Amino acid sequence: MYRLKPKTVAYLRRNWMLYLMLLPTLVLFIIFSYYPMYGLVMAFQKFNPGLGFFKSPWVGMGNFERLLNSPTFPRVVGNTLIIATAKLVTGQITAIFLALLFNEIRVVWYKRLIQNFLYMPHFLSWVVLGGILMEILAPMGLIGKLQQAIGIEPIVFLGSNTWFRPTVIITNLWKEAGWGMIIYLAALTALDPVLYEAAAIDGADRFQRIWYISIPGILPTIILVAALSLGDILQGGFDQIFNLYNPTVYQTGDIIDTFVYRMGLVQAQYGLAAAAGLFKSVIGFLLIIVSYKIAEKYAGYKIF
Amino acid sequence: MIREKDRRNALFDVFNYAFIGVLGFVALAPMLNLFAISFSDNSAVMGGYVTFWPVNFTLENYAVIFKSPAIYRAFSVTVQRTVLGVVISQFLTIITAYPLAKSAREFKGRNIFVWLFVFTMLFEGGLIPFFMVIRSLGLLNTIWALIVPGVSAWSVILLMNFFKEVPQELEEAAVLDGANHWQILWKIYVPLSIPALATLTLFAAVWHWNAWFDGMIFMTDPNNYPLQTYLRTVVIDLNSSALQMDVRQIDALSQRALRGAMIFVTTIPIMILYPFLQRYFVTGIKLGAVKG
Repeated sequence: MYRLKPKTVAYLRRNWMLYLMLLPTLVLFIIFSYYPMYGLVMAFQKFNPGLGFFKSPWVGMGNFERLLNSPTFPRVVGNTLIIATAKLVTGQITAIFLALLFNEIRVVWYKRLIQNFLYMPHFLSWVVLGGILMEILAPMGLIGKLQQAIGIEPIVFLGSNTWFRPTVIITNLWKEAGWGMIIYLAALTALDPVLYEAAAIDGADRFQRIWYISIPGILPTIILVAALSLGDILQGGFDQIFNLYNPTVYQTGDIIDTFVYRMGLVQAQYGLAAAAGLFKSVIGFLLIIVSYKIAEKYAGYKIF
Repeated sequence: MIREKDRRNALFDVFNYAFIGVLGFVALAPMLNLFAISFSDNSAVMGGYVTFWPVNFTLENYAVIFKSPAIYRAFSVTVQRTVLGVVISQFLTIITAYPLAKSAREFKGRNIFVWLFVFTMLFEGGLIPFFMVIRSLGLLNTIWALIVPGVSAWSVILLMNFFKEVPQELEEAAVLDGANHWQILWKIYVPLSIPALATLTLFAAVWHWNAWFDGMIFMTDPNNYPLQTYLRTVVIDLNSSALQMDVRQIDALSQRALRGAMIFVTTIPIMILYPFLQRYFVTGIKLGAVKG
């Protein structure tokens, strides 16, 4: 009979509880994360829910050929890249800009109050924000009245392929730009006040302080955030798009995630939808790895 | 010149304070507008007379909503999923982060386990296979579909990093007193990590409160929809029959005002918790993001 070494027995006697503590979550992750990863085999199947991952017939690359030959999928990938990149770039620039301005505000209660207003939308779901937006963008809604007041034609923001993307980008700023500045404000607070005092003695004005001290001071944070956002350029933002779009704007607003949802769960084209999902997961994975490598190299970032 | 510089700085301040104030107002304006609409009557809303103050003030919109049985049902589903979901996921996060916070020498296999969790943050099976798994486990239309997958690898890693900062001497002293791992976790690690745990708990609570998509795809019976999913059928799909009210009653009211009131009712708990949320979420951002 195989016998455990006494050292191993002592180790287990002392530490068996550690394994037991890990077990429940590990099991959950195997079921709800790793099993679905295995389930990606359905991208190569003509998937039949009755037969499951193991017995559905194989179709090789058939689903991918259909995806790439359809006019829809390339368009959807394009929309995703455009919307996600525009959101990342505008979001970060606005967040940096806001942080620099807030950092110059000395009246603490005023700063806190306005921060509270700007952070608020971050805590609300896109269902709530979508409901509010549909209301203010409705005919005779808040925005419509504003347009009337300054004498321009009312625009149907959510029903026009010209206006859908700008609306998505701006409403994303509404929800996240205030929140996004927190990380830059933290970096600014960490800067040595002596730098600012010395600059003041040398006669630097506000603009010079921002330009020569604040911006260089948060540059490492800017580089880090920029590197990490690379992993997000396939994230068009399902919650936002799904609660704002409609068939009229599929041409400019449909993204990979909404496409996967409609193909898979509405039209029951499971294999095709899973293939589109696999495409996104694989490219997204590679992008995240590259972004972590860059973040590690240029900003010394480590996840754990 | 010194004078010239002071003038430029003063000018900058005036513009800065004003600009920030305007931004704050713009961010809040849509909410204020809808809030005013929710207290206004039909004719005023349809005529577009409501801006930031109710016109023909009425509580009727709220009265109608509180008479609808559907909203109580949805509210109760959300409360259940939030309470159960937060308690279970926080408990599991704590007992998972503890062994992972040990060194690979103390806990053999630790690095492999950490990677198993981290990998799920990098790669995912995606929506369709996930849905099929939930379905094949028979979880469709049960509240467990909204709860069990809820442990977040991100929270586990964050808490693990926090646990690593717990002073070793405390733990060694406890071991000498004969404490086992379970006791060390609950008597030393957890009390020392209250700020981090409070942050993670609030994150999880807001996540559960705001979640709507899982309810929409996993609940085949709309009577089991959580609040946000239910809200979506009313304010996004514009399905007033979901309110389950007398048609004449709805006609008498502005549906827009009704939707406004509905949105605010579902948001009340977030608004009440907002001061805490804000503070702890900011802490969370700093814990999670600003390292290295």
